[in-house]
Amino acid sequence: MSEVPVLEVDNVSLSFSGRRILDGVSFEIHRGEFTGLIGSNGVGKTTLLRIVLGLQRPGAGEIRVLGLPLSRHSRSLGYVPQKVVLDPDVPLRARDLVALGLDAHRYGFGRRTKQQRELVDKILCDVDAEHFANSRVGSLSGGEQQRVLIAHALVSQPKLLLLDEPLANLDPKSVQEIVALLHRVSSDHDVAILLSAHEMNALLPVMDRIVYLTEGRAASGTTEEVVRSDVLSKLYGHHVDVLKLHGRVLVVAEPGAEAGDIPDHPTLTVS
Amino acid sequence: MHILFEPGFFSSSPVRTAVVMGAVTAIVSAIVGVFTVVRSQSFAGHALTDVATTGGSGAFFYGLSPLVGFIGAGVIGAGAMDLIGVQRARSRDLATGIVLGAATGLAALFLFLDTTKSATTGATQQILFGSIFTINPRVIPIAIFLSGVTLLLVGVIYRPLLLNSLNADLASARGIGVRTVGLLFMFALAVSVALSSIAIGSILSTALLIGPAAAALRVTRTIGAAMVVACILGVATTWLGILLSYDSYYWVSSGQGLPVSFFIVSIALLLYLVSGLPVIRRVVETGKLGTVA
Repeated sequence: MSEVPVLEVDNVSLSFSGRRILDGVSFEIHRGEFTGLIGSNGVGKTTLLRIVLGLQRPGAGEIRVLGLPLSRHSRSLGYVPQKVVLDPDVPLRARDLVALGLDAHRYGFGRRTKQQRELVDKILCDVDAEHFANSRVGSLSGGEQQRVLIAHALVSQPKLLLLDEPLANLDPKSVQEIVALLHRVSSDHDVAILLSAHEMNALLPVMDRIVYLTEGRAASGTTEEVVRSDVLSKLYGHHVDVLKLHGRVLVVAEPGAEAGDIPDHPTLTVS
Repeated sequence: MHILFEPGFFSSSPVRTAVVMGAVTAIVSAIVGVFTVVRSQSFAGHALTDVATTGGSGAFFYGLSPLVGFIGAGVIGAGAMDLIGVQRARSRDLATGIVLGAATGLAALFLFLDTTKSATTGATQQILFGSIFTINPRVIPIAIFLSGVTLLLVGVIYRPLLLNSLNADLASARGIGVRTVGLLFMFALAVSVALSSIAIGSILSTALLIGPAAAALRVTRTIGAAMVVACILGVATTWLGILLSYDSYYWVSSGQGLPVSFFIVSIALLLYLVSGLPVIRRVVETGKLGTVA
């Protein structure tokens, strides 16, 4: 593959008040790929995404988007932050929030053109949000709001979409819908996806690559390459087993390993 | 005719000044107020009224125009609040409280000095509760100019400010200078508070800032529509307040009209309560009023 990667994370490290959050993290994302950034809560997923976005500077290492060093105003990235709380008392329709994805960075006056309004309509359809496009965005359900936020991020036609825990706090049915939606959107819009999650099972059918993050270190590759007992044991620094059950994966620590080593384990939850 | 408009209402020059000043103030307050409510900065708005009180009472003591004091103190207060901390909601709240406390303390000193100096309580009354009928007509062009500048500023930062008000993470991911936009809005808020301090008094200017905007936000579907409705409600509230105050001269035998500010604040409160009625909510939800603007 000679094409320039959409994203190169090159040996990124970050310490925060003496604690090493990220320790030499490297991986690449290629055009149109669906990548899961998997790790427990507090392992540095949000920090890593914020570094990729240029909202936080890494202590060391480099980020390149489409081969170019990151500038703060890069338009080739779309972002859906974690836990966005949209106030139900604010009169803002779903379509207004999506339209802000086009031009919120612009100062000054100016009406949106017909093409821009049509683009907003099209994106709303692409995320199956057309039937609540005129509803107050704050009064929509969690899954519906997530669709609107995805549309907001997509409307500027980015090459890479970053989503921070978009599946947290959704019911299982909405999780499936959002994953299927992202998979479809990724190929329809030729956009690569980097999605962070503490639970990988819902993503197994759609992930092209996985970046597994623990204690600041990362392993990346296809799911088959990474989610293996030997690879993860090395990453965790002690033995873990990877069990495959009915198309689901369970990562479990050996009995006897201190429970504190794998706090809030990423894939221990079975739903 | 006389039932509604008591004699001399339209020919009175103080009334004409009040009507113009009231409208200008109400419009700026409405537009800035919509963002103040959306950004949950009512407390900051109120703190700026206290800062304005300090400026107004200080200006009076030094023989300057109260408008100079209101605006000067407001802009300094807004800057101070930004410096102490606006990055997080919690420290923003704290910064507001600290500035408010300090300003009110100074205001107490200046109001005491003003009262001692002028040997009346007129200054206190005028600064805290406004004096729309005694505004110098020469202030009007300045007020209109300041309003224009403020509205232009809000217009220029409209889209970045709106996204920033909804979610700061979304805004910074779009490359919006969250802090710059927040500070520019605080300046707009300071000027708006200064203008309404002149009209209805520094202490009560929060009411005109928040009341019409909060009511409008309840009954509309878009921010643009909320701004239009807030302007209409604000101007109507102010004019009705002026009318009732003028008329009240003929109601009571003391030969003194009741304060305009009292009427304006009462009407604003009433509007807000009415906007929360289940009937109104249903109309909005079924979309019949939502197509305004």
